[in-house]
Amino acid sequence: MGISVEGASKSFGDFQALNDVSIEVPNGSLTALLGPSGSGKSTLLRAIAGLETLDAGRVLIDDEDVSKKPTQKREVGFVFQHYAAFKHMTVFENVGFGLKIRKWDKAKISARVHELLQLVQLDGLADRYPSQLSGGQRQRMALARALAVEPQVLLLDEPFGALDAKVRKDLRTWLRNLHEEMHVTTIFVTHDQEEAMDVAGQLVVMNEGRVEQSGSADDLYDHPANEFVMSFVGEVNRLGDGFVRPHDMDVVLDPDENTEEAMVQRIVALGFEIRVEFVLADGTEVWAQLTRAELQKLELRQGQIVYLRPGMTKSFSGDSPPDGSGASTPRGPSSGGDDAGIPAAA
Amino acid sequence: MSAHSGNGSRWGLRFLGLGYVFLLLLLPLGLIFYKTFEHGLAPPIDAITSPDGLHALKLTLIMVAIAVPLNTIFGVGCALLLVRHRVRGSGVIDAIINLPFAISPIVIGLSLFLLYGTKGWFEPALAEAGIKVLFSVPGMVLASIFVSLPFVVRETVPVLQEIGTEQEQAASTLGANAWQTFWRVTLPAIRWGVAYGVVLTTARVLGEFGAVSVVSGSISGQTQTLPLFVEKQYENFNLPGAFGASVLLAVLALSTLLAMNVLKRKEDA
Repeated sequence: MGISVEGASKSFGDFQALNDVSIEVPNGSLTALLGPSGSGKSTLLRAIAGLETLDAGRVLIDDEDVSKKPTQKREVGFVFQHYAAFKHMTVFENVGFGLKIRKWDKAKISARVHELLQLVQLDGLADRYPSQLSGGQRQRMALARALAVEPQVLLLDEPFGALDAKVRKDLRTWLRNLHEEMHVTTIFVTHDQEEAMDVAGQLVVMNEGRVEQSGSADDLYDHPANEFVMSFVGEVNRLGDGFVRPHDMDVVLDPDENTEEAMVQRIVALGFEIRVEFVLADGTEVWAQLTRAELQKLELRQGQIVYLRPGMTKSFSGDSPPDGSGASTPRGPSSGGDDAGIPAAA
Repeated sequence: MSAHSGNGSRWGLRFLGLGYVFLLLLLPLGLIFYKTFEHGLAPPIDAITSPDGLHALKLTLIMVAIAVPLNTIFGVGCALLLVRHRVRGSGVIDAIINLPFAISPIVIGLSLFLLYGTKGWFEPALAEAGIKVLFSVPGMVLASIFVSLPFVVRETVPVLQEIGTEQEQAASTLGANAWQTFWRVTLPAIRWGVAYGVVLTTARVLGEFGAVSVVSGSISGQTQTLPLFVEKQYENFNLPGAFGASVLLAVLALSTLLAMNVLKRKEDA
């Protein structure tokens, strides 16, 4: 049951939430809509569910145009960021809601609900009310409720956004495993690139109501179509017209024709990863990601003068086609101190 | 030192608050109860169980039975319209709903007179159909609906806003149509707001005097509700009767409030 959206546009007053958006979601895939807040990703998801009506464009589920179908007939499972639990119903009644609406008989509902509660590891809590559950439990209940009616597609709107970091990581893994078991076409919205890359097979990066790029996590990371995608899917340093990832910055103690002088400003240890912040001669601030071993070998100190050798540098000219390849060039020789090619970062 | 003076002012405030409530609310009400049963149970009971008294009680309950359900249905529907559909002109509707609070009941009674009275706008048509509105039950029901119209709307709007739309949207993704969503999700979520509105509406309809007095003519045994009965007894110097009916009114209103609290406590437990 693949999903496709063709030329979707939607405005709220003066704000254009979606601007001619088209996406393809293959049958059985797990796709992430990734973007900053206000990028239109939630609006797109809600339009697929029928919770928003599009100003233009269409939504197809399994090749059927559902644009005119009301939400309750679209057979979508939807999970909300803030759970949308029915507060006056028990966990059992919440999960069984869709089945009751479909007039299943009691015994069948009970069997199905318990099967799902087992799946989401809430079987002992069937008689609790949502207010008696933790955030993670509520969200698993909401997921069971959405899955109970065997939807054609599963849509998750920032499902882990309201949870704390540890629970979020657990649920991610759990969602990925669940998808491997159930193979229901799933789209989930997130603003967290790490979460998107961890869970989804395919990513769609959105910004200001448009799709910037879609592809696998590796595609986006290694071949970003533009500056926005490059900086959104990972950390980035700007060096003149080029961009380089902090883990592609080599730190050396002796200069050569490809290096640039820099002063160590700050060393931050984040567990295994070490973040070293530098300031270049022209005042540009950049940082490099080192391992603990690399740091120990270099014996860096604050205020020390070292040399940076940027690895893969990308530059995007204004009108380069968004083919996902970008222009990858190793950084050319630099003349050191007064380098016209490296303007101060704005 | 400062803690002491803080304590003192807190006690002062408490004394002031309690004193105010006692003097203005509890003392007069308590006196009614005291006066009613000053000479035993017989005089007030006799007054209420007189044919006119019983008729007044019955008529009052009929008004409640008609006006309260109508205003509840209207109130919930209107609140849904105002909060969920934001139609054009909803600001105006919102303001108009408050009119019965702002206008004196006597004015409301007079306005009904202009519509349904002799030479009133609707009078010829109604007379032809043989329907008598003024000085009979229909007019009194209209007056009661008018004065008690805002309560359910005013109590329901904030709870509707508070619960938001996500639960309703979730219900629709699970296959529920608008009607099923309303009965199974929205109404259970707003029920205590609605219940409170119903209690206030009931109390108002039970106790309404001004508007009903104008349109009813207050004919004993025919168009006299309990508040009108109280007034008549008082005018006729039948104080036990007036006090007895007053206490009955107070008990009726308090018991609806009590019933709601009992139900709510039962559910919370």
